[in-house]
Amino acid sequence: MLRGTRNPGRTFSARLRRALDLGFLSLTLVVALGILALLSAFIIVLFRAADLSIVHYGLALLGESTWAPGVNKLGLLPFIIGTLLTSAIALVIAIPFSLGIAVSLSELAPRWIAEPLGYIVELLAAVPSVVFGLWGIFVLIPFMRTTIDPLLESWNNGADRLFHASIPLFTGPISGSGVLTASIVLAIMIIPTISAISREALRAVPETQREAALGLGATRWETTRMSVLSYARIGIVGAIILGLGRAVGETMAVTLVIGNSDFIPTSLFSQGQTIASLIANEFLSNASSPLAASAFLYAALVLLLITLLINIGARLLVYRLVKRTGGGAIE
Amino acid sequence: MEGESLQGETLGKITHQNHDGAPTKMEVDKLSAFYGSKKAVSDVSLAFRQNTVTAIIGPSGCGKSTLIRCLNRMHEVSPGGRIEGRVLLDGTDIYTEDPVSVRRRIGMVFQKPNPFPTMSVYDNVAAGLKLNGMRKRAVLDEAVIRSLKQAALWDEVKDNVHGSGNRLSGGQQQRLCIARALAIQPEVILMDEPCSALDPIATAKIEDLIFDLQKTYTVVIVTHNMQQAARVAEYTAFMYLGELIEYDRTEKMFEQPTQKLTENYITGRFG
Repeated sequence: MLRGTRNPGRTFSARLRRALDLGFLSLTLVVALGILALLSAFIIVLFRAADLSIVHYGLALLGESTWAPGVNKLGLLPFIIGTLLTSAIALVIAIPFSLGIAVSLSELAPRWIAEPLGYIVELLAAVPSVVFGLWGIFVLIPFMRTTIDPLLESWNNGADRLFHASIPLFTGPISGSGVLTASIVLAIMIIPTISAISREALRAVPETQREAALGLGATRWETTRMSVLSYARIGIVGAIILGLGRAVGETMAVTLVIGNSDFIPTSLFSQGQTIASLIANEFLSNASSPLAASAFLYAALVLLLITLLINIGARLLVYRLVKRTGGGAIE
Repeated sequence: MEGESLQGETLGKITHQNHDGAPTKMEVDKLSAFYGSKKAVSDVSLAFRQNTVTAIIGPSGCGKSTLIRCLNRMHEVSPGGRIEGRVLLDGTDIYTEDPVSVRRRIGMVFQKPNPFPTMSVYDNVAAGLKLNGMRKRAVLDEAVIRSLKQAALWDEVKDNVHGSGNRLSGGQQQRLCIARALAIQPEVILMDEPCSALDPIATAKIEDLIFDLQKTYTVVIVTHNMQQAARVAEYTAFMYLGELIEYDRTEKMFEQPTQKLTENYITGRFG
């Protein structure tokens, strides 16, 4: 009975609300599509700026190991290796620490200590990378040179003798800077990221899951292993991927400690260069010709691609985890 | 025991086999339980007889769940959870023993079905045995099949025991959790409102199952459903505001309660 005609005010407000709703929908849609437009514009601009070297060299730059912009030798292999190597080592160092921190903060530590420590971890994730870089220069590099590197070198020598081989891990001149030092700085930088996000994933595990394991007579470690970590595994994979993304793209801190050498590292003591540090270090000084300049943008494109591939790989991994176990956990 | 026949009828027909002479399996002695400074269970004493089902009933917040969680030391896992008093299993205070081994002797089934979502049906049931270090395939196989049969789930999952437990219905998931608890062959099984998340048909199946379990185990079940208590339990304890008001044979409780509070609750005057 309540027809709109009998109550014009009501109809008006209903129309207004519908219009506002439509406006809200379109506005959010525009913003969301804006992201897509931005990414496309990004890739197009990079491609166009890099097209000189793409046309000139094709994919050959990816496998070429000499970087000498002065004579138009523009191989990107040393930097691709530098990027992947430092990120991989950083992950290997960071994952056990991060999971230990996350488990301790979410499962084991008493609340009065877990809460403040949690804030500190989150705070560490927000420290600007140049600060980590400076710490690397003033603290880590001298410490590596005088203590860690000689230790690793003697271990390497011992292993060489044991296996009658020359293992190219910790060999060569010791400068304190280099691939290993950069990896350690990266690891320290991504530990807070991975820990903080993993902790959230662990916290999201329902209490009933812990009770299920405890009720079967599991200890705290067994409960963590069989129920908590496995329930949260997808969130943890996500945390690791975010950390890896940060490591791959990190520029400033790496630039300050990796030694900036344009050669393929021959051991973990070698100085090296990542794609990001190459661009930061040399773009202004070494883009001597249009071809060389476009090679830097080629490198940037490769970095973007690596990041993209990592993300796709992570998606596939999560998809397979969910499929194999039928999901059920956080996705 | 026919579940349906009691629904909405008088509760006068209940006849449980009499176990008044059965030995005491567990005994609660002057037990108080706290969350921080808040007292949730106050000075409760009662005994559970071997191979019987005992129901603990009472309105929400009466402390019945807290009480049952004290019986396998799960209460102390809650923030601020602590107890005073004693809980005896075969005469020994479980609070003087290692909580982990206590929980292996006293299994628990929880309110909401909580199978491990990343494990198959098989691995869920075998989880407790694997915790105890059992790796022999033949032993695990035997235990998994026996437990699933005891939990009346075997026929429904036997074609897909290595599939995920997630695809099971709520009632099946709860029977899976019961199978998981049975697999380590505990002596006592605690059930904290095991049917509260289930539909009536699934509930009836679990009730039949609980009734059968007393042949092998001593069962304590918390429920807010009085008909359920009447159907499955030979003994019933009524709690109110953290205190044990009355504890007797179920038919006595339902037919001639000695306390006014019990009568009011059972006749639905509050709750």
